Amino acid sequence: MLEAVGLVQAKVVVREDECKGCGLCIAACPENVLFEQKHLNRLGYHPAGYTGSGCTGCGTCFYQCPEPGAIAVYKKGYVGEEVA
Amino acid sequence: MAEKRLSKADSFYKVYERTPSAIKDVTHYCPGCGHGVLSKLIAEAIDDFGIRERTIFMSPVGCSVFGYYYFRTGNIQCAHGRAPAAATGIKRAYPESIVISYQGDGDLAAIGGNEIIQAANRGENITVFFVNNAIYGMTGGQLAPTTLIGQKTTTSPFGRNPANEGYPIRVSEMIATLEAPVYVERVMLGDAKNTNKVRRAVRKGLSNQIDNKGFSLIEVLSVCPSGWKMTPVQAKQWMNDFMLKQFPLGVYRDRSEEIPVRESQRHVFSVDGIRDKLELPKSGEQTMQVEKPAAEFMNPRLKLAGFGGQGILMLGLMLAEAGMRAGYHVSWIPSYGPEMRGGTANCHVNLSERRIGSPVVSKPTVLVALNQPSLDKFESEVAPGGLIIYDTALVPNPPKRKDVKVLGLPATTIADELGNTRIANMVVLGAYVGYSRILPKEVVFSALPALIKRKNLLPLNELAVEKGMEFVTRMGS
Repeated sequence: MLEAVGLVQAKVVVREDECKGCGLCIAACPENVLFEQKHLNRLGYHPAGYTGSGCTGCGTCFYQCPEPGAIAVYKKGYVGEEVA
Repeated sequence: MAEKRLSKADSFYKVYERTPSAIKDVTHYCPGCGHGVLSKLIAEAIDDFGIRERTIFMSPVGCSVFGYYYFRTGNIQCAHGRAPAAATGIKRAYPESIVISYQGDGDLAAIGGNEIIQAANRGENITVFFVNNAIYGMTGGQLAPTTLIGQKTTTSPFGRNPANEGYPIRVSEMIATLEAPVYVERVMLGDAKNTNKVRRAVRKGLSNQIDNKGFSLIEVLSVCPSGWKMTPVQAKQWMNDFMLKQFPLGVYRDRSEEIPVRESQRHVFSVDGIRDKLELPKSGEQTMQVEKPAAEFMNPRLKLAGFGGQGILMLGLMLAEAGMRAGYHVSWIPSYGPEMRGGTANCHVNLSERRIGSPVVSKPTVLVALNQPSLDKFESEVAPGGLIIYDTALVPNPPKRKDVKVLGLPATTIADELGNTRIANMVVLGAYVGYSRILPKEVVFSALPALIKRKNLLPLNELAVEKGMEFVTRMGS
């Protein structure tokens, strides 16, 4: 689905199915907007989640995450296709 | 304009079809593993530089062995430690390709220690990513060359003790002492700032190769939470607290500014250059016209044997040289072991109309035996219908085989009559070519100067060949 055209807030999208729950993104996030979720994913890990607000789109979590597809970061103003 | 989205690079497969795992969209790496992060940085750089179509990713042995599951590039999985050697071959054959050698510390610093030193020393235009996590991860956490002093592993349960296991090897410092490398830097997959330095180093290492500047090695300190038995977050802290002391970060060599951007150059191998050196006709030019011998003598596989000093190896070389001039495919290998020194010598020769699969002659169609032990040893190997040539002056007991042709001649006696015992090998050469008609006299003569260094001996050698030929002519008449 496409985002609405216009100014879009930065955000982080965690693909829960690909997250191995290592916690590096949570520890590294300068805004503390990532957290460990209670439930287990299909891999048996507690996946990271986004609180839903406060992401600045800095990309720190993306470059800490070892899994190629587990995290996507959308910077402010990004308009395009949704990946999650 | 800055990219507005950070997500999975196009240089990764969307679905990892090659993995045997049922789950085909996550890597096999443990939670928190540094390999994943470095892979992401490399894949992103490949995307950004637009080099995916010409990148070849050389995976090592170790946890990152499955590079070919993930990278949507050319892939080769190399033998343990040999990625720089394989990369050398690929890069030289395809200079326009971008060759990435990705190796861990067990692979690069232990079994592949020599490969990396030699590739670096040759200044191969490749980019090496060396992931150093101070342990053997894949095999369960054993001591690696890079394991820290005091670090406990499954094979150093009391901690690494330099008196027993030596000191951690500092690869970057070592490689930086060589003349040829262009860029050597150690970086660390630590916090955001350090990870950004890794990202820059990855790009610089690839840029150097794209610009044909030469060899780059980026050592990347990385965590192994499983091997270290820590959580990923603890592991990052441990890397920061302990690994940095042993492995200081920094640029150890950087000549990339002083080397100009170059075009990639394909190595041109000149067949005619080799032919010139060997004094052979240029490719395409007619080799000497040679009448084919009878079918039974075509494509001979020869074993030549005798005492050391009888000129057995020279006889073989002469046959191969002359055969080459006649347009045959030829091979020559000497065969000797420690027990042969000062004793017997033998060599294997092939002259063939077809390409030669193996130079080894185990079932000779021609056996030349210049002493009794050689005949006794090899007589049984001769193929039925084959030919045994032996020196009657030195072999008191002739061959017993009834299913082969036998040609005995007193080669050493003939050579003595010519005034030089050492020329017996050329008498045998003359007898063989005269008997089999595999090569005409002119071709043999044309080959003599290529191998006989003392030119004043040429006439004597020619005479010896002629005496050998005469012997078989007289025998036949």
